[in-house]
Amino acid sequence: MTMRVEVTVNGRQRSVDIEPHHTLLEMLRDDLALTGTKECCLVGECGACTVIVDGESVDSCLMLGVEASGAAITTVEGLAAGDRLDPLQEAFLETGAAQCGFCIPGQLVSARALLHGVPHPTRAEIEEGLAGNLCRCAGYEQIMEAVELAAKRGAAAREPHSSRVATDVASIPDAQVAPQ
Amino acid sequence: MNDVVGTGAARVGGLDRVTGRQAYVADIPLDDVLHVKLVTLPVARARIGPIDDSAACAVPGVRLVMSAKDLPDPMPRFGPQRRDRPVIATGETTYHGDPVAAVAADTKDAAEQAAELVKVEYEELPAAPTLEAALAADAPLVQDPSLRPDDPHADTNVLHEHRHAWGDVDGATADVVVEGTYRFPMVTQFAIEPHAFMAAPDGVGVAVWSAIQHPNWLQRVIAELLQLPLARVRIHAPDPGGAFGGKQHAKYEPLLAFMALATGRPVRLVLTLAETFQAVRRGAAQVHVRTGFQRDGTLVFRDVEANYQIGAYADIADRTVAKGSYTSMGPYRTPSARIVARSVLSHTVPSTAFRGFGNPQQIWAVESNMNEAARTLGIDPLELRLRNLAEPGDEFIPGDTPADGDWAVAVRRAAEMIDWSTPPTPGRGRGIAVGLKSGPTTGLSYSTVRLLVDGSVVVYAGTSDMGQGARTIFAQIAADELGAPLPWVTVVSGDTAVVPYDQQTSASRSSVFMGTAVLRACHDIQAKVRSMAARLEGVGEEQVTVERGEVHIGDRALAIHDVVKRGLGRLGGEIIGVGEMRKDAEPDHPLGGTAAFYEFNCTAVEVEVDRETGDISIPRYVTVSDVGKALNPLQVRGQDEGAAVMGLGHTLMEHYIWDDQGRIRNLGAIDYRIPTSMDLPAEMESDIVENADGPGPYGSKGMSEGALLPVSPAVAAAVTDATGVVIRDLPMSPERVWQALQELEAGEVSR
Repeated sequence: MTMRVEVTVNGRQRSVDIEPHHTLLEMLRDDLALTGTKECCLVGECGACTVIVDGESVDSCLMLGVEASGAAITTVEGLAAGDRLDPLQEAFLETGAAQCGFCIPGQLVSARALLHGVPHPTRAEIEEGLAGNLCRCAGYEQIMEAVELAAKRGAAAREPHSSRVATDVASIPDAQVAPQ
Repeated sequence: MNDVVGTGAARVGGLDRVTGRQAYVADIPLDDVLHVKLVTLPVARARIGPIDDSAACAVPGVRLVMSAKDLPDPMPRFGPQRRDRPVIATGETTYHGDPVAAVAADTKDAAEQAAELVKVEYEELPAAPTLEAALAADAPLVQDPSLRPDDPHADTNVLHEHRHAWGDVDGATADVVVEGTYRFPMVTQFAIEPHAFMAAPDGVGVAVWSAIQHPNWLQRVIAELLQLPLARVRIHAPDPGGAFGGKQHAKYEPLLAFMALATGRPVRLVLTLAETFQAVRRGAAQVHVRTGFQRDGTLVFRDVEANYQIGAYADIADRTVAKGSYTSMGPYRTPSARIVARSVLSHTVPSTAFRGFGNPQQIWAVESNMNEAARTLGIDPLELRLRNLAEPGDEFIPGDTPADGDWAVAVRRAAEMIDWSTPPTPGRGRGIAVGLKSGPTTGLSYSTVRLLVDGSVVVYAGTSDMGQGARTIFAQIAADELGAPLPWVTVVSGDTAVVPYDQQTSASRSSVFMGTAVLRACHDIQAKVRSMAARLEGVGEEQVTVERGEVHIGDRALAIHDVVKRGLGRLGGEIIGVGEMRKDAEPDHPLGGTAAFYEFNCTAVEVEVDRETGDISIPRYVTVSDVGKALNPLQVRGQDEGAAVMGLGHTLMEHYIWDDQGRIRNLGAIDYRIPTSMDLPAEMESDIVENADGPGPYGSKGMSEGALLPVSPAVAAAVTDATGVVIRDLPMSPERVWQALQELEAGEVSR
């Protein structure tokens, strides 16, 4: 039997009927088609499925979808505001932090949550803050640099989905954002 | 004139990666798709009895339970080296995780539930899960001798013995002989994207989606198994989310293809991370090294005997043994050499390619041996290496490509960067090591490039962009050669129905092979533009030159796109260029071909060892690669640092843990640790040597594996320097280091 879950995802009200045993990760990927959040270890060790739930970073594989009822959720798709990338996204591109890219949504979301709590983290704080996000291409150095760079540019000042109207990232035309 | 080659141009696909739009296989929606779950046994080796799927089939939504009886008899088999892997286990399972059945259902829940309800009767059989067990005289055979006709080793678990030698090892006289046995554990690729596969009926053929490194090879495998023409097998190969060799060759794609045809519906299998541990790994190895030196450190001979523990099927593992062991003399001039390397089958997960391709195991041994020799000889390990290093042009492996780099430059650079000439802070130790790997021995890549009427460019290149950034490199080349701004270049890959043939994405080949094919396709276009410009300007072709995006006629320089727009006229259209890069096989060569290039890296580290816990920390880390020419320095850095950190994984923490029956005890991310951001060296510096001496575009060489090769021996040498303990087994876990420290102290006390 399914249960109705009302959530705000990336600033948008969503209503979804899900199996009560399904995780938030399954809800996002399978029911809301937000596949930017990735599935890897399913035991809360790799961080590929990290999302922000009411301001806290969460491994969405460890949380039931129904537990998120009423919550405000930010996924990687919600980091950019329309055609304006989050400073973290810009910094990740600049430092070459994304290789295969599979861990990057989780890294970005964790970094977003980190900067929200610690606007100007030390290198050690960044390393600790992202320790739950595995990268096997192991571009950790370039990832750390990206977070440092974004923090320096005042990325923390930006809150995901504060008072703006959210835009589904799928609607951003490629050409307006950056050349591919 | 464009000049984006050599710059840290933004990654093609980068925007998709940071916005979550990059679609990996598991992200691609297919209508009406069935979800597949594998059924495995909790043992390594078992005789498979009757399979009762009645309870499973009763689960609502279950559409198919497939096992050996549902497949052709004899069971179709496949494999890149030997056709030894069945589509699904038949008769016996041969390793923990060998699937005996697969369920397809409308939902993941139904598939998972039904998979648990498939009742398999089985009888556990004695297994050979270790090298020792597999090599024992009475060892159970992993492969039935009938699978190995005309094979002299068919009644043993030795799949192949590779021998290579020159000079006279037995007759050589050395002042000092240094000898040791070194062990390298089984480790797994652990791409963050677990392997994912889909298959669907496609007209009168089949379509397969896979995060595969070699789409064209997979196409051939599927076509052969289903007896279809190649043109009826379409492989979609979206960018893999990390691969590292583990996604080179077919695994469950054939099973999925049979399931799609049996159900008439698309099927999807996304492995769990634990299941990937049971699908791919690196071969373990035990390597015995005996090296003879003159008192001044000059190498006299080296004698290497290596047993690589491959798994239950050959996959490409026997090739990793051949190629990995072949370079056991490293980059040194070695008058006499003997290599014996065996691929030993075992009842374990089939091993396959993994960054370094058989070399990290061997280099762990021979470079550790070099460091032990330096101590025995009383010669600085840096000096010992410089004394023996091949110089550019030296035929250091007889009959193979001469040394194609000035490797001493990289070694000296690394030494300078770690301040080798001044002693480390008290309490710390330093170590240095080098790694050399033979590049691709054959290769074939085609590219088609289309210069469109507005000057924008479409490049077709079948390389899998698994994070190494291949498409970025191809776009940079095309942009420079055809005078298009980088954002005006689109690179298309990952679809065998659209993109021309590429042999494979491996061996750090793609910049050199596909890069050259792209470059030649651009040159083909340039030749057509030249004719066009001559016609338009009413001059002879000999008066026209086209290079780096511009047309030159006398003193005049014209933009290519202006010439093309005028030349194509009112109907418009485009100019199509074709490029090919081929390196043919050399049948008499022990590897079937000489090295297209060598990857070379020197790594130097400083460590601190916590004597209470055995924990190793790395305050300083230096890695220097000879890359010929960095086509994209930002990506080169990412590859070198990434390879270094990956190397720290097998050096410090990674290994499979097995029980006596051959079951894996640490399946998954909790019990199998890879480096996190907390495990990084406090300071990490990477540098490159660029002498434009490679065979690739603009003098480039492949470079994505080099920095992983010498990590372990460099760290081990530093641990010895810091503590006096000599460790010959990986990983150097705190437990192992602590134990060694205790033994050292006990030994000192007893003396």
